[in-house]
Amino acid sequence: MIFIEDKQMVIPGDVLADNEYHSGRGTFKEDDKICSSLVGLVAIRDKKISVIPLQSKYIPKRGDVVIGEITDIRFSMWNLDINSPYSGILPASDVFGKEKRDLNKTFSVGDVLFLRVVDVDEVKKVKLGLKGRGLGKFRNGILIYITPTKVPRLIGKKGSMINMIKDETKCEVVVGQNGVVWVKGDPAMERVAEKVINMIEEQAHTSGLTDRVRNMLFELLGKEKPEEKPEEESDKEPEEKTEKESDEESEAEKEVAEEKEEEEENGEDLIQ
Amino acid sequence: MVIKMVKIIPEIIKESLTNLVKSGERSDGRTFDEYRDIVLETGIIDKAEGSARVKIGKTQIMVGAKPQLGEPFSDTPNVGVLMTNSELIPMAAPDFESGPPDERSVELSRVTDRCMREAGVVDLEKLCIVEGKKVWMVFLDIHILDYDGNLMDAAVLGSMAALMNTKIPEAKLENDEVVVDHEKLVPLPIKEKALMCTFAKIDGELIVDPQLEEEQVMEARISIGMRADGSICAMQKGGMKPLNKDEILKAVQRTSEITKKLMEHLPQNNH
Repeated sequence: MIFIEDKQMVIPGDVLADNEYHSGRGTFKEDDKICSSLVGLVAIRDKKISVIPLQSKYIPKRGDVVIGEITDIRFSMWNLDINSPYSGILPASDVFGKEKRDLNKTFSVGDVLFLRVVDVDEVKKVKLGLKGRGLGKFRNGILIYITPTKVPRLIGKKGSMINMIKDETKCEVVVGQNGVVWVKGDPAMERVAEKVINMIEEQAHTSGLTDRVRNMLFELLGKEKPEEKPEEESDKEPEEKTEKESDEESEAEKEVAEEKEEEEENGEDLIQ
Repeated sequence: MVIKMVKIIPEIIKESLTNLVKSGERSDGRTFDEYRDIVLETGIIDKAEGSARVKIGKTQIMVGAKPQLGEPFSDTPNVGVLMTNSELIPMAAPDFESGPPDERSVELSRVTDRCMREAGVVDLEKLCIVEGKKVWMVFLDIHILDYDGNLMDAAVLGSMAALMNTKIPEAKLENDEVVVDHEKLVPLPIKEKALMCTFAKIDGELIVDPQLEEEQVMEARISIGMRADGSICAMQKGGMKPLNKDEILKAVQRTSEITKKLMEHLPQNNH
């Protein structure tokens, strides 16, 4: 028996289903019933029920790409704030190899870097690395902070959402899995991108978002709306749309992995 | 042991905000003289005799006023007492901690207190019931619910509104005994209105109502308290860098224009 629908909003304690289903992330079992432990949206995959929180903090995972700020320089490593309850470390050996150089001269406090999480140990010590294409220090641009669970939505299916923002605003955009977004371009365009990204974060749990983002982009850029087509198509579109939307969210998480690669390509010129 | 958390501001944010100010803009599209949206509600706490909630953008503050009978200070036997206290509750920002009040909390309550007191907002002499024995003591409690910069202006605006909203029970002297009539409420005697205006200095420019980001990158800060007639009643400078004379004079001049507009947010008459 299941008591809720896919993507329904639930609050802690809501009974989601009974024994036939498996309890996933954001849920707990009590008396053979699966209950939600968070405020968020239900995600049903096969027989597994999980709840995706509306608001979250970033929990580091091996292999993620993140954007971090340097907060301290130690004898042989940098300390970084990765927008998470756990801080990250970047060992000097990862940057210099066996050479001994002055850490101060390479990165200083306040620098913003694009990094990969190399390892997270059992006490959540987060080791970061700069090895990989596109990883390195950011120069100029702006930073936008969003809730990490909304990162897949910002990127969209096969990067559709993020590419639309990039194309329309002509900005470089790099998204870290920890919810930090770096945007660089014309200052006015940076502001447009910021507004759009904040809107996506606010409305990430609603459907039909891609269209609204497109409209907002066109409005902010003072362009004509993309023809009258949407209206004509609206009759047949709903079916397609719902299909697309559901794909979008379920696949989005996988897409992130792909997107990472792409981001790195874009960020290539950032390498020191 | 005092552990002071220093928030590291990414160089990128500092640069982008400074560049924006250079080109005469701000990150949220405001002009240098523009406040964020202000929402002011009064009388929102049933248990307090006067209260107000102020929202300036995402900054949110609640103020409650509570009168109590007490003995006056011996050097001022014929005036009532106004006391201000503020609390930065941990819910409002990640770096607010519970426990003894920290520097910012003390600064906030003292600046608010000074602004209210020096302006003579409340006619404290009218709060005296028996000289040297019994006076009304009004306690103002400021609670920060959400912190997105510019606490001072919000605190002063909220305190002002809360005081204007306050009603105290009538106290009379009968056979040498103070009798308080809790049924009969009279408004707190307000004789002056005062508000505060805060500027942050970024790249040599003074911008009004700094939001959190701007406060984090600012070089200096100046808060000016002003009465309705344009006279100054309080001033507080913060931040690491200095302000020169011209900047201060300019700030004062702009304050007199801006506070006039801010006054419109206050309830028109008492209660």
